Amino acid sequence: MGEVIVVTSGKGGVGKTTTSANIGTGLAAAGHKVVLVDTDIGLRNLDVVLGLENRIVYDIVDVTSGNCRLRQALIKDKRFENLYLLPAAQTKDKTAVNPDQMRSLAKDLRSEFEYAVIDCPAGIEQGFKNAIAGADRAIVVTTPEVSAVRDADRIIGLLEAAELHNPKLIINRIRPQMVKRGDMMDITDILDILAIDLIGVVPEDESIVISTNKGEPAVMDPASRAGEAYRRITKRIQGEEVPLMNLDVPDGIMNRLKRLVGIR
Amino acid sequence: MLDFISRMLGKDSTASKNVAKERLRLVLVHDRASISPHMLNQLKEDLIRVISNYMEIDESAMEIDLSQDEREVALVANIPIMKMKRDYAARG
Repeated sequence: MGEVIVVTSGKGGVGKTTTSANIGTGLAAAGHKVVLVDTDIGLRNLDVVLGLENRIVYDIVDVTSGNCRLRQALIKDKRFENLYLLPAAQTKDKTAVNPDQMRSLAKDLRSEFEYAVIDCPAGIEQGFKNAIAGADRAIVVTTPEVSAVRDADRIIGLLEAAELHNPKLIINRIRPQMVKRGDMMDITDILDILAIDLIGVVPEDESIVISTNKGEPAVMDPASRAGEAYRRITKRIQGEEVPLMNLDVPDGIMNRLKRLVGIR
Repeated sequence: MLDFISRMLGKDSTASKNVAKERLRLVLVHDRASISPHMLNQLKEDLIRVISNYMEIDESAMEIDLSQDEREVALVANIPIMKMKRDYAARG
């Protein structure tokens, strides 16, 4: 029996789709049979981040409304043995699917896959309710910014109310330089406020932009720092204990001199 | 002199992340309370029960609310007392 993991955040643009693509790809690379599900109906993006946008024939609405079988809608990623995508519909909106249909879909996915990673849309309305309907566990993504943390807090409350207990946190786009200067909240600050378990921290990294440009998730790039963070998160999802990446900024002479004189 | 040096070398104590943290703390107290008026009602009932061990109060005129100024949020209760009880032992 597989596990259905929903990746959510509340706030838009904090990295749900990037995170879903990278942990899905990471889990497949580790040998598991994985399906990635895009529930952002009307504003689909998981397909583009994975580089599979040209291969969409059927989508999640086709499946839930019975227009096609699940197998017909699944896109097999040619780069991996076991990675599949169930894309969102682009020409409908989030009312095209309801939570009961999602629960039924989740049941089917559990019997075929070891992991189903559900990319949740931003917000707390129908899209969110659909995405969490069939989930077994939740990952909340936030950035170290006031609005993102505030929205994450709301989402955590809603997850608990929906009996999705013990959600795990990913802090995304952290900038160690700014943290050091006191201009960005650090890991402890955010954990103090949100009070849930941490499953990973991902640094701000230009390689994410490049990986989306090419449609190749950064988790497969050995030179990418964000990719390394996602590799570790993937291990933790499978139950392994892995230390947090060292995000410390190297402290060269010039940096120390600058701080001494008061130049940031 | 020492003050000047320590300011040069020391951290800026109004680092913006501390401002952020404080603001978040306050805003979340409000967010969490307003999402759950149910919680405030439960709190009110629990308070009535405890206070009634010591005094008779006017439950219908009792007011409980969150008040906020720039730097803190406080739970403020206004509880009109009818009578103090002579015997303070907790009653079932």
